[in-house]
Amino acid sequence: MTKHSIPSSARIVLDTEIPARAPWSTIVRQGQRLRIVDSHGQQAVDTLFYNASDLQERYSGQDTLRAQGSAYVTTGTRIMSSEGRAMLRVVADTCGLHDTSAGACSCESNTVRFGHGTKYLHACRENFLIEAAKHGLSKRDIVPNLNFFMNVPIDASGNFTVVDGVSKPGDYIEMVAEMDVLCLISNCPQINNPCNGFFPTPVQVVVFEADED
Amino acid sequence: MILTEQQQAEIAAYKTRYEALKAAGQGQAPRALPPPTSRDGAPIAAGAVVHREIIPGGWYWTTRLNRGEALRLINTSGASCVSLLAWSATDPSERLNHADTIKVQWAASLRKGRVILSDMGRTLLSIIEDTGAGHDTLAGGSTAATNAARYGAGAHRNTRDNFILAAGKLGLDRRDVMPCISFFAPVSVDAEGRFQWLADRRQAGDFVDLRAEMDLLIALSNCPHPLDPSPRYAEDPVEIIRYRAAPAGADDLCRTASAEAIRAFENNAFFFDSSVAG
Repeated sequence: MTKHSIPSSARIVLDTEIPARAPWSTIVRQGQRLRIVDSHGQQAVDTLFYNASDLQERYSGQDTLRAQGSAYVTTGTRIMSSEGRAMLRVVADTCGLHDTSAGACSCESNTVRFGHGTKYLHACRENFLIEAAKHGLSKRDIVPNLNFFMNVPIDASGNFTVVDGVSKPGDYIEMVAEMDVLCLISNCPQINNPCNGFFPTPVQVVVFEADED
Repeated sequence: MILTEQQQAEIAAYKTRYEALKAAGQGQAPRALPPPTSRDGAPIAAGAVVHREIIPGGWYWTTRLNRGEALRLINTSGASCVSLLAWSATDPSERLNHADTIKVQWAASLRKGRVILSDMGRTLLSIIEDTGAGHDTLAGGSTAATNAARYGAGAHRNTRDNFILAAGKLGLDRRDVMPCISFFAPVSVDAEGRFQWLADRRQAGDFVDLRAEMDLLIALSNCPHPLDPSPRYAEDPVEIIRYRAAPAGADDLCRTASAEAIRAFENNAFFFDSSVAG
């Protein structure tokens, strides 16, 4: 797929690297674009959104999937809130495989998935809790999230597997915000499944303002 | 990115372990799971019944469900869908997590023998009986907007608002309303990733029995599923029976159906037995 550079006429609001395994957050204003770049490839980027002016309105994976009638997220997907409103719209995707059914890893779920010996490993829900707390949010506000670049095939029998990611270095997904949103990211530290090739790497996040296509 | 030999060896070791877990989780548990319950099977002894209720079409219901009790949801007409939320009664910040439920068990489809997990790595509910009607974990319940799109203008109750009401009645609020699981909603995913509705899976008299593995607060919503293609808003009642079930013994089906279920129940045991560190 063709990769596009950010237009030279765009105003860059923010351009930063999220280190491997780290949490991060920012506000993306209505009309601004959020581009998440899988800099090194095969890195799952666990993401949550909240309405910046009403943090109790938050991302809903089930509404997002139902609204488009499909189990995966890609170009054209409207990212929906718990109140049934579009929070963002996906306008570009060079990868094509993004999950929103598997949720985030946690110390507790890791014990069930991979054995009790994996309890004391840093996990996405730890990242989300730390970052959410900076905005006055708690565990009650952490809901199942988007997993950009995570490859989770679901078959007709309901089999459900996290398999090797297919994103290449530089693949990105780009969204335009339909409301002011708080964006929380956990750059997934999981090393027990192939969501990031068992080797977490940094990702890049760019927020910019550009003319509509 | 250039990896050292040691990093490559670690990645290879993790990959080998994951492939083994996947083979066991996907290969063994489906074989170990029993066929669906017969629609005239699994009678409940009269003495075990704690409460019966009819939930009218479009309405919600809440209850406390103590550890060892079970709820039977009966799809009386075959046209209904029942959406579920559940919270720990002792700490409602521990709650149903549909994503962990499907990811941990390698299965987006729920059936007899599967468990429903909390966000804290513990079993909330076990599916101890199920006539196999097909249940949805992916697409969620109806909203005012989905009802308006499907049925047009009218006073059609919806699952989102029902859950806000139910949470309110339980002393919770909309922060506590998370994604749900919907029973009698035969949603599957085709090869292109699109949702399909398997209408003939669902019949009058279908039921599912959910046994509480800790003290719970439960909210149910009896509204048509948003992917149900029927143009009719099914205002059919569902029947609920709360009853005392046999507690999960050491060889219990749901407790032993997979390595993952065994570990989830071990986490429950840590939770209940304060002499064991957890």
